[in-house]
Amino acid sequence: MARTLTRRALLTRGALLAGAAACGLGTLRSLVYAQGRAPIRIGFIADITGTVAQSGRDMLDGFQLYLAEKGSAMAGRPVDLVVEDAAGVPANALTKARKLVEQDRVHILTAPLLASEGYAIRDYIAERNMPTLFAVCSADDLTQRKRAPVIIRTGWSSSQPSHPFGEWVAKTLRYKRVATIGSDYAFGYEVVGGFQRTFEQSGGQVVQKIWAPLGTPDYSPYVTQIRRDVDAVFSIPVGADAIRFTKAYRQYGLKGRIPLIGGGVLMDESLLRGMDPADAEGTITALMWSAALPTPQAQRFVAAYRAKYQKDPSYYAETNYSGAQWIHAAVEHIDGKVEDREGCCGPSAPCSSPTRREVRCGWTSTRTSCTTSTSAKSRSGAAMRRTR
Amino acid sequence: MGISFYVQQGLNGLSFAALLFLLASGLTLIFGLMRIVNIAQGSYYLLGAYVGLSVMHWTHSFLLAILAAGAAVAAIGALMQRWFLARFHQQALPQFLLTMGFAFIFSDQALLLWGGDPQSVPVPPALAGTFVLGSVYFPTYRLFVIAIGLVVYAGLWVLQERTRVGAMVRAAVDDAEMARGLGIDVGKVMTGVFTLGAFLAAAGGVMGAAFLSIYPGADFDVLPLAFVVVIVGGLGSLRGALVGSLLVGLLDNFGKALFPELSYFTLFAPMAFILALRPQGLFGRA
Repeated sequence: MARTLTRRALLTRGALLAGAAACGLGTLRSLVYAQGRAPIRIGFIADITGTVAQSGRDMLDGFQLYLAEKGSAMAGRPVDLVVEDAAGVPANALTKARKLVEQDRVHILTAPLLASEGYAIRDYIAERNMPTLFAVCSADDLTQRKRAPVIIRTGWSSSQPSHPFGEWVAKTLRYKRVATIGSDYAFGYEVVGGFQRTFEQSGGQVVQKIWAPLGTPDYSPYVTQIRRDVDAVFSIPVGADAIRFTKAYRQYGLKGRIPLIGGGVLMDESLLRGMDPADAEGTITALMWSAALPTPQAQRFVAAYRAKYQKDPSYYAETNYSGAQWIHAAVEHIDGKVEDREGCCGPSAPCSSPTRREVRCGWTSTRTSCTTSTSAKSRSGAAMRRTR
Repeated sequence: MGISFYVQQGLNGLSFAALLFLLASGLTLIFGLMRIVNIAQGSYYLLGAYVGLSVMHWTHSFLLAILAAGAAVAAIGALMQRWFLARFHQQALPQFLLTMGFAFIFSDQALLLWGGDPQSVPVPPALAGTFVLGSVYFPTYRLFVIAIGLVVYAGLWVLQERTRVGAMVRAAVDDAEMARGLGIDVGKVMTGVFTLGAFLAAAGGVMGAAFLSIYPGADFDVLPLAFVVVIVGGLGSLRGALVGSLLVGLLDNFGKALFPELSYFTLFAPMAFILALRPQGLFGRA
């Protein structure tokens, strides 16, 4: 008996010491402050194995970075992050969501990466009234035809950055005729659709549309089909496809002859790491995030992320870092009473967003409603990225 | 859609066919000799590409990357055959499951060692240009891949048909018992062929990664295509692998260029048709 006790004491002390050493004093203070109150449990469905593993890892890294900065405490309560791996498979995502909700009894859930996974858990979380953060998963319909009060989208919807971009391409770059090439599934349609809508409203014309299956091993038959009489090519191949596409685009002599523009994910940091710089150079894409964004908040985040993980944060990391910040703001707003799903809480409070935008948000215990005001400056400055 | 369209798409198809041949020739030789359906062949491609990528980063030599990747993966293949697969000689199901298990282990290990970001092997500067002929644009590097495919086919053909080693392999394929009776060490022949198959797939991985990039899941993306090649061409036949590669490479390209929305149909419908008429494949023995 004595032995067990000693060992337990030793373990506790050891853990405390290690914690203090790792987190520093500021963190320790909030840990101490947070002790004694029941933890807030956040369920994190990650895709840390399988084909989207690296991006899934970036998501988790971004979220954990924020929690570490706040000493894993919100509104005076410690935060338990329960991580489950869905491996990029929709059926797994639903199983893990059930497990987190029913077994771990989490208070807040975060959605996994892929749109298909987001759709898979949608009905379940709506039925269980489980507030769920959608930071990356961007399918348009999740906040349109399939919207639900518990879906809290702090990231983006697929067609969103394409809308201002289409207008900008028509009015500022003055391109008249554009060919598009995209991945042949919902995400590709939505990104191209948003672009086409505003581009054509502003006087441009999409003269050719090519769709390639997700995971196309060889882009040469598609690249060689692109019409040569266009002003630019708008492209949105996804994941590893982006690397193969940009490579084929250059190897087949289109680079330098027809400007390449595209959806933001084409030039996300997660892909730039593995892309040949010569393939990427000069491409103009639109997204709400770039690690080169010059705002002080963004630069602070980039510096902290680089210091911890030795790489530039992708949008997967940023949306989850700011997503965690959103959760924090919401929890503070209701004084940490996350169990109270029915109660309501006053007028909407302005919270300055994380790394990108100014946002006003209101939180009732069951939902947060947000309106984003993207200023003209950030529309042209922050959202646009020219890859050098 | 003039002649330049057909030249362009034809060359595209040939370069993809050359890559598929590197993968499928090993697969078909291994099946012909050992009756092993080697699911791990895609993993050899994947591991080869990653090892090549690392060697490329250290030495900046493309040739060295191919040789080192080939050697490393060939060693893995040899060990796999000698220690594991040889124990289940002629037992199709355990062998199949074993190679499948290895395939999963390899893809997980690759994810652990090289991370999950898609990456690409840089094309050597001498081959990085674009070859222009009239209105046809074609990357020099792909011409190189086509050339390598032809050289490898010629080499394998000579090896199989004109050398003593090739005669031993053919003897072991036709009748392993009898070959053993004649004093041929069939076990060694099997290990040798398996090693060669792994080497070719790994070399293909390095070359493929330079224009198709490499990423977790690439192993299971190329594997079905290699299987289509081998099944259409006829299991165990080298010439079948060549014809199958050409067929798949060209069908895939022209299908995607002419009917982009039907890209899978144009690839797999002819396969189903060929199998309906010749279940043993084009050059397979009944």
